Amino acid sequence: MTVPMQDMRAVLDLFCPMHVMLGPRGEILHMGATFAKLAGGSAAEGRGFLDLFEVLRPRGAETMEALLRLGGQKMSLRLRDDARASFKGILAPVGAGAAINLSFGISIMDGVRDFGLSGSDFAATDLAIEMLYLIEAKSVAMGASRKLNQRLQGAKIAAEEQAFTDTLTGLKNRRAVDHVLARQIERGGAFAVMQIDLDFFKAVNDTYGHPAGDHVLQQVARILVDETRRGDCVARVGGDEFVLIFDGVRGREELASIARRLISRIEEPIAWREGAKLGISASVGIAIGPYAKEKADTALFDRVDKALYAAKHAGRAQFRFADAP
Amino acid sequence: MHGLINKAIEGFVCDSFGAERWQAICRAARLEESEFEAMLHYEDAVTGRLLNATAAELGVLREAVLEDIGTYLVSHPNVEALRRLLRFGGESFVEFLHSLDELPERARLAVDDLGLPTLELRDLEEGRFALLSRFPWPGFGHVMIGVLRTLADDYGALVFLEHRGVEKAGPGETLETIEVTVVEAAFAAGRRFDLGARAGSP
Repeated sequence: MTVPMQDMRAVLDLFCPMHVMLGPRGEILHMGATFAKLAGGSAAEGRGFLDLFEVLRPRGAETMEALLRLGGQKMSLRLRDDARASFKGILAPVGAGAAINLSFGISIMDGVRDFGLSGSDFAATDLAIEMLYLIEAKSVAMGASRKLNQRLQGAKIAAEEQAFTDTLTGLKNRRAVDHVLARQIERGGAFAVMQIDLDFFKAVNDTYGHPAGDHVLQQVARILVDETRRGDCVARVGGDEFVLIFDGVRGREELASIARRLISRIEEPIAWREGAKLGISASVGIAIGPYAKEKADTALFDRVDKALYAAKHAGRAQFRFADAP
Repeated sequence: MHGLINKAIEGFVCDSFGAERWQAICRAARLEESEFEAMLHYEDAVTGRLLNATAAELGVLREAVLEDIGTYLVSHPNVEALRRLLRFGGESFVEFLHSLDELPERARLAVDDLGLPTLELRDLEEGRFALLSRFPWPGFGHVMIGVLRTLADDYGALVFLEHRGVEKAGPGETLETIEVTVVEAAFAAGRRFDLGARAGSP
């Protein structure tokens, strides 16, 4: 069955508003309504298709002859005087000329905006409108998700700031120390604070890198937990600084023996990758208090700090008791 | 209930009456927090409590609140995206009405866990339609009246809308019927819908 050419045009106008009919020399004979909008209106009739459009792929379609050889293949094209708009196209030879149908492909959003198109510029069966709907729906939904993520991120940071745990070692952190200390002081009575500073830690970090340093901190944390009681507060308060707050009174001798044991265990070489042994030690300052006039927690910490300093200066790997204020 | 639905109530109250009224409503509805997340889910009962508290706070019927929410959703600049997404449904108001059948499907493409009522449009006679809405909870029909009334203006169509009541349609499902009479499809100029513009961009 042969469809008369005139009827065929009406069908194409309805089904493919972005089609164009070309004569034997590539001249535009007839344009679909939307194609006409792209080509600059009815003035384009009679002009050469290849004067208006450039075929980007497949390459080399500079003449009508070459263009005709691309029949049935997917083409990628753009307007010669409007490089922004790119199109997908397909050509079917018709008589001595051809019919070409275009679509925006993935650049539909830009195409619709640049050429001011509306729903009626697309065939009723074209998925272009659904595509635009999806692009827009997706960005709206992504926007909502992004907002939620940002808020969750903010909440996470806030929670971390309020947390009492040092995430690397699982020990308590400085916030927790302040909290425990305040409670101890409020409760009254004596208690002991031990401040531990690792020796040669920087050398481990510099030689073996941060993963090795982190490993050392975790091993030390394990030792500190081992050597203390359940109710004691064990915290990492700085890079390689730890604080122990002993719950309840311990005698000077007991504290000294804990310090001695801690130092000797910390000095045991820690196995690392490829047979390396990480060797560190620790200096310890110990303060018992608070004394009668020593109300503020800072005073107690000043004393324990001084004791630690003295231990370091005595040649490291030692402990010192703070003097009574 | 999907967070978007509670968020819609929150947006409606905050944008129309201010944050203080919203706080009062949240307290009356015994909510722990006053800000909903659009992409989370909440207990179904929360939505009902919210609507009752809103109606009480504003001193109007629950149906009126629902209809105003519908109007808000397609007219307030803060939720322009939704109006645009709906306008993708058709070039004219009648085309848009016919696209309502696929509204839950379209909503799912955007937010796949958003459960919306099943909508069915029936042609009655020239220019008259019945929109059937099936949902576990009654009330969505009133939201649709607000949406349709406002979108009719948007398209420039003159329409009459009437809620024909709620009936039980089966276990855990209610059926609401809205009668739509399109008096004149092109009554006024309507609002421009620029396909190439993007929701959220000026």
